[in-house]
Order: sequence, then C-alpha cells, then structure tokens
Amino acid sequence: MPADLQIDKLNEATPLLQLSHVSISSKKTPTRLLVNDVSFSIDAGKTTCVVGESGSGKSLTALSIMGLLSKQLQLNTGKVLFNDTNDGVQDLTLLNETSLQKIRGAKIAMIFQEPMTSLNPVLTVGYQIGESLTTHLGLKGERLKTKITSLLEMVGIPPSRANSYPDELSGGQRQRVMIAMSIACEPRLLIADEPTTALDVTVQAQILKLLDDLKTRMNMGMLFITHDFGVVADIADHVVVMFRGEIVESGTKEQVLGNPQHPYTKALLACVPDAEGKNALKPIDYAWLKQEEVA
Amino acid sequence: MSDIILQANGLVKTYTQRSGKFGFGTTLVKALDNVSITLHAGTTLAVVGESGSGKSTLARCLLQLQPLDSGEVIFAGQDLSKLHASALRDVRKNLQMVFQDPFASLNPRMRVGEIVGEGLLIHGLGSAGEQQKKVIAMLKRVGLTEADMQKYPHEFSGGQRQRIGIARALVLEPKVVVCDEPVSALDVSIQAQILLLLKELQQEMALSYIFISHDLRVVRHIADDIVVMYQGKVVEQGKVADIYEQPQHEYTQNLLAAIPGKKVGAGKKSGECLI
Repeated sequence: MPADLQIDKLNEATPLLQLSHVSISSKKTPTRLLVNDVSFSIDAGKTTCVVGESGSGKSLTALSIMGLLSKQLQLNTGKVLFNDTNDGVQDLTLLNETSLQKIRGAKIAMIFQEPMTSLNPVLTVGYQIGESLTTHLGLKGERLKTKITSLLEMVGIPPSRANSYPDELSGGQRQRVMIAMSIACEPRLLIADEPTTALDVTVQAQILKLLDDLKTRMNMGMLFITHDFGVVADIADHVVVMFRGEIVESGTKEQVLGNPQHPYTKALLACVPDAEGKNALKPIDYAWLKQEEVA
Repeated sequence: MSDIILQANGLVKTYTQRSGKFGFGTTLVKALDNVSITLHAGTTLAVVGESGSGKSTLARCLLQLQPLDSGEVIFAGQDLSKLHASALRDVRKNLQMVFQDPFASLNPRMRVGEIVGEGLLIHGLGSAGEQQKKVIAMLKRVGLTEADMQKYPHEFSGGQRQRIGIARALVLEPKVVVCDEPVSALDVSIQAQILLLLKELQQEMALSYIFISHDLRVVRHIADDIVVMYQGKVVEQGKVADIYEQPQHEYTQNLLAAIPGKKVGAGKKSGECLI
C-alpha cells in the first residue's frame, strides 16, 4: 500500500502529457521538417493552447500524439509521454496499433474542426456516441441508452435527438455531439483541433464555456488548437505559439498575451481586430524575419 | 449625409421546408420578414447576425439572385425586383458580390485570367486586348501578378483566392459590392490584409459595400452603419459607434458579449480586452 501511494505521488508531479523534441517530416523528404523539435507539456485540469497560422504545424503536432499521422508522414524523433494513472508513464510513439486503439477514445479523445465532415451521415448521433462506450467499456442495452442520454444532457442537447441524423442538427449541435462523443469514456486528455472555427460567435462562446466546464468537472487536461488569440484569452492556462513548424514562444497566458517577447507573437496579436475599434487594423508582418536572418 | 445609392423596402422571402414523416408536410420559414435597409454612397453597411438569421438571404435577394415574395429594391431609380432578365443583366454590372468561401466559389477548371475576365466578356466591355489589360491591372491591384492569370484556383492559398474573388467582382467597376462573410473562412492573420484591401479599394473606386458578417470585431473596423438581424427581422440598426457603445436590443447585447477575448478584461481595467 505505501509503495502504491508513492507511485501515485510521483505521477501527480509529472505532467499528464509531455511532448519532447517531436519532429515530423514527409517520408519522401525526411530532411525537410514540417514540425521541428517541439516540446511542451499539459497538466491535468489545465488547458494548453497551441496558436499559429495555417501551415504552422499545429494540427500535425496534435495528430502525432495519438499516432494519427497520415501514411505519407513520419515521426522522425521525439517522445510523447502520457502519464496514465493505472499504467504509469508510457511513450505513445513506441506503442503498437492495438495498444493505441485502447487509448484512443478511452484515455485520449479528439474533437475535430469540422463536425460536418467528421460525423458519419448515415448513422444516428446516438449510435455514434455509443460506439466508443461499447468498444471501450462494453456497455450495452439499457445501460448504454442511459449513458447516451446523460451525455447528451451534459452537452445541452435534448436526449430525444439521439435518433436524429447529423444533417438534422445545426452546426453548433453537431459540434456538441462531437464533444459528447469525445468525453463519453471520460478521457484524461482532450485534444480539440479548432473546434469553434466553423461556428458563429454566439455558438462559439457557448461551446468554449461548455468545454471549460467539462474540463474542470472531469479534471481533464486539454490541448486546444486555434488561430484566434481572442479564443486563447478566453480559455487558455498555457499558451504555445508555433510558426513554420517551430515553437517561437511559450508560457502562461498572462506572460504570452500580456508581455509577448517574440516578434511573431507580437505581430500575431496585433492583427486581431479589437472590438473597441481603437487601434487601426494591422496586417501580419514578417519584417522581423529579415532582421533575424541578417543577425 | 451622402446620397442613397441602394434602398430596400419591406423585403419578404419565405422558404418552404419539408417536415413530418417522409417530408410529406411543409412548414414555412420566414427568412426575411419585412426587412428594409438603406445604403449611402461610398459607405459600408454591415449586416450582422448568427447563422439562420437571414443575412445571406438578404444579400442574394438584393442582387435578385433569388426572387422576392414581396418588397422592392431600388437602385438608380429602378425597382430591381420588377426588371426582366436582360435588363437585370445590364444593372448587374454595377452590383457585384464577393462570396464567403473562396474554396467553393471559384470554378476549379477555369484559369484565374478567365475567372476574372468572364464578367468583361459577358458584358462585352472593350476589345479582347483591352479586357486582358483590365484583368492584369486588377490582379496587380489586389496583390497578385500577371503570371497568376495562367494558374488554376487550387494553386493559391485561402487569402489569395479571396483576392481573386475580389478582383473578379471589381473588374467591372461596380458601384455596389455585396460581401458575404468575405473573411470568415480565413485565418485571423490574413483577415486584416483582406479588410485593408477592401477599404483601400473602396476609397479608390468610390464603392459602397454591404458587408455581411457574424464577427463583430471585424465589423467594427470596416462598417459605417450596422443592421442587426435576428430570425429574419431587423432588430436594431444605427451608426457603428452607437451600437457598440449602447446596444439597445437584448440580442445585440448577447452578440457583443460573445466576442472572444472580452471576458478576460476583469484582470485588467474592467471592460478592456486583454488583447
């Protein structure tokens, strides 16, 4: 018993997920790195935001965590250390497909950007939510139904909609279904890849609040990918800024937003239009890149 | 106050939606319910609202891309809703649209030069040589090159495609441009470039914009007047500054409260954003 306690304490101290020196490239050109030496960690009950423009490698980084990179790509170097309370710390990059399947959806879940394309149009949403419950927890029949009902209630959809097909729901409702699917097995880590980009501002605000509540209630760690610093200001604890496959700055939200150090972070912050309309619009500027090359 | 260039009075548009078992029943959806707007020359009128509020229907009905149930759209002394197809085509030179999704609104099998020049061809404006010159000048103006004429849309990034969409609309030198969420599909970092381009072009070509958006941060920077729509109705309209400072309708207040990055203000001065 005392030995067990010690292990628990040890695990508490290490972060929930730690990426160390992750590099990704295409298989054809292994020297051209799409993600270069990326390291950061996520704590349980905290949100880490990865911010960057399209093409900065933020989605690739997220996909590499669960081994979901497409076949044309490869993980060159790096470790993805996942701290599972039962099994201790594992390097996810060393696991085979079968062991990964057990983790995907059960311990680490993902919400994708476009609910329209990630939901199966010919299956009811209730069925799609139940799929991972049957696979990972072996729920069936009445117990499965009650669980699906409670999940739908949790994300604010009337349980009667379980028999609806995705096309019968609005964009915001579809994203709620995606969230219900991802939290079905109460994962330790939730990866959200631009979950609100396709949504209206009012719905976006609701979804962000929902994710934040769920994170606190279930003590999940959350990796949140976005290109909008407005969203970061609402939801993040830690912020990682990526540019062309590399991390240019990271720190707590207050550090990065309040006192940005890297010129790219400053440029990215400056181009977010402010709601008061006090500051003039500023397009993103890469002038600092030239200065850096000279130096 | 400058002259009124486009006026819409009492627009009504109803869609029928299939409902019930196997879609045998029908329900009526009022997409536009007695909507009236006024656009002054050289200014930008923003139409804001969430999806389903009827703002895109309004855009399409103004340009007569969809027939109206009732109401009138007055441009240059004519009621567009009563014009016949050929007369409408002549008017459309002056009324152009920039579409939301730059990935879906450009024909993937046409070269950029053809896409941008198509309007000139249809309206028979100038000789082939003059048309080409115009297309090149327009592409250069929006930040593309002459060589880009030979390329296909898939060879461009999202921001560049939206530039093509803008060039396509503006090459005819229209008076009114309806922009239907022109930056909502773009990264925040690219948004500012496109917005600034639209603003510059407005100055140079004396354009009037109807700017449809759900992002109030963007609207603040580009619009002069705002119309707030909710469930097919105009719930509030006025000058930008007035609406942002003193929103009257509850829905407008909700929209303003939903702007991301606003709530964090508590840590700093109250009401001030962190960014």
